[in-house]
Amino acid sequence: MAETPQAQPAGRAGLRKELPERFRDYKHVWVLVEIERGKVHPVSWELMGEGRKLADKLGCQLAGVVIGPKAETTKTAIRQTYHYGADVCYIVEDEALTDYRNEPYTQVLTDLVNKYKPEILLLGATPLGRDLAGSVATTLQTGLTADATELAIDDDMCLGATRPTFGGTLLCTIYTLNHRPQMATVRPRVMAMPEPDTKRSGRMIWDNLRMKEDDIITKVLEFVSDNTSKEANLAYADIVVAGGMGLKNEANLALVRNLARTLGGDWGCSRPVVQKGWAPAERQIGQTGNTIRPRLYIAAGISGAIQHRVGVEGADLIVAINTDPNAKIFEFAHLGVVADALTVLPALTDAFARRLGARALAS
Amino acid sequence: MDEPIIEALEPPKPAPTGLNIVVCIKQVPDSAQIRVHPVTNTIMRQGVPTIINPYDLFALEEALRLRDEYGGQVTVLSMGPPMAEDALRRALGLGADKAVLITDRRFAGSDTLATSFALTAALTTLAEERPIDIVFTGKQTIDGDTAQVGPGIARRMGLNQLTYVSAIDSLDLAAQGIVVRRRSEGGVQVLRSKLPCLITMLEDTNTIRRGTVQDLLRAARADVTVWSAEQAGVEDPMKCGLRGSPTVVKRVFAPSPRAEKAEMVTVEGKTPAQIGDALIDLLFARDPKLEAVVTAAAR
Repeated sequence: MAETPQAQPAGRAGLRKELPERFRDYKHVWVLVEIERGKVHPVSWELMGEGRKLADKLGCQLAGVVIGPKAETTKTAIRQTYHYGADVCYIVEDEALTDYRNEPYTQVLTDLVNKYKPEILLLGATPLGRDLAGSVATTLQTGLTADATELAIDDDMCLGATRPTFGGTLLCTIYTLNHRPQMATVRPRVMAMPEPDTKRSGRMIWDNLRMKEDDIITKVLEFVSDNTSKEANLAYADIVVAGGMGLKNEANLALVRNLARTLGGDWGCSRPVVQKGWAPAERQIGQTGNTIRPRLYIAAGISGAIQHRVGVEGADLIVAINTDPNAKIFEFAHLGVVADALTVLPALTDAFARRLGARALAS
Repeated sequence: MDEPIIEALEPPKPAPTGLNIVVCIKQVPDSAQIRVHPVTNTIMRQGVPTIINPYDLFALEEALRLRDEYGGQVTVLSMGPPMAEDALRRALGLGADKAVLITDRRFAGSDTLATSFALTAALTTLAEERPIDIVFTGKQTIDGDTAQVGPGIARRMGLNQLTYVSAIDSLDLAAQGIVVRRRSEGGVQVLRSKLPCLITMLEDTNTIRRGTVQDLLRAARADVTVWSAEQAGVEDPMKCGLRGSPTVVKRVFAPSPRAEKAEMVTVEGKTPAQIGDALIDLLFARDPKLEAVVTAAAR
């Protein structure tokens, strides 16, 4: 987001306080490597890429925190952690860490922070990361910015975490001034996926879980896997078509689905559409729904509120169709059509079908 | 444990039965109706109606359902300005038994850590009357969207933390056992845990009931308990509000338009088919590789 730094308003100068002595030796950037059932969540690598930039700006090291069972999947995660940019891995392996549970994970991460003192700790804003971050920040009594959409190091070498505020109508930049570590969670797909460098390697620091299975109250009885392997994952789709209130009613969402299907992409909608009950919450695109970074994003009848904007800004090419020439969406779209989505969507679907059909015949 | 025998001065009260549940709710502006001033970029709050945070209604319904099945009471608790009493009264109208508002100017500017601190003080005070079995919260609020206050309360109170719960499979009051389904990445964890616990309820997991006429009448007359920081049991007000918040908001702003303006497709005098073709030409001109991506994906 292009934003020129502004002079601090008078009266805010008092915000900058000396960092208390006990936090002065907190150094380095950490990223939690989220492993769920043997698989690393891609958000961890996205954060590793972002953490690398922060560490380089600070002139410090980037570390990955790998928590899991003693298993080959954990070893693979450690190797990949270096490939995606880490210099160091903090590793805790224990059978009690096979499935994510709040108690042992909070214990491990809190102990590591107290022992090795990072200045920044980043986690994915996932069911695991959000569950864990709140517990760890509360135990450490430090600041946590949830669902940041932008991270930057300011002139004082502090972390500024930007996120939407007031229900996604404005953005704000949040600092943790007098406590360490500075914690933030970031949603999947907000940051770009870095290119892995398979030649990279680094230091390993091992630690232990100071808790026994018998001390852990919550037990995992079963894991019921979602049967969505065949379905495209909206957040990671290459082509996304979405509809907003400009579609006028629930039935017209079919026009969005048709275009998405023709293009081999996935479909979504704006928040008001979900609030109206026209589509399930998992289809929502924006700050509180899915953040997407497709090659092509087509927004039909979506006004482009900030909470929507931050969820789609990573798209390579944004096409907006809206009857209102002053709609906010035209401020960040690459291509715009001032027309009724209800006529443009079917026309576009037909036009694509014709071209793709012609290509299929030619080949 | 051997209790010393004390001669009763009055007949002992029957021990409370069933569950003691507290649901934390927040009054939020109806975000669908918030407008930003086009010139000054400030929020225009005037006339924006307030609602109970929609996510909290799933927590409230689940709490009421458990109470109806196992007996006991549901208390709704909120931190906010005096006007947040409206939200609590609405919750009473939906069937909650008691309502407590903690309101104090010193709570203003609380971040998630300071909010969980103040709510924990009030919950601890409520628990002195009768131990709490379950604290419910919504998944997150629609104005803050952080999802961090629930975990903060659980940590401070030492409650077993069960977030993103889509269903409560079973509850065994005698054994203090609970089995829940928790949404996680790529599936659902079935967790067995113990009371007391904190549950953050996932959206779309139930449908909030319509309050009965009796509930609505009772809500209109009911007393909402209003506590200041001291009355809520806050011992150190420095841990509340802006002073107790480790995070500081330094800047609020609207994003600027992209430097490069959107290229507009002319529509005048064109049929929808021509608009479609013109748009596709522009798309492929912008990103020549896109045609291959679309062709491959569509296959």
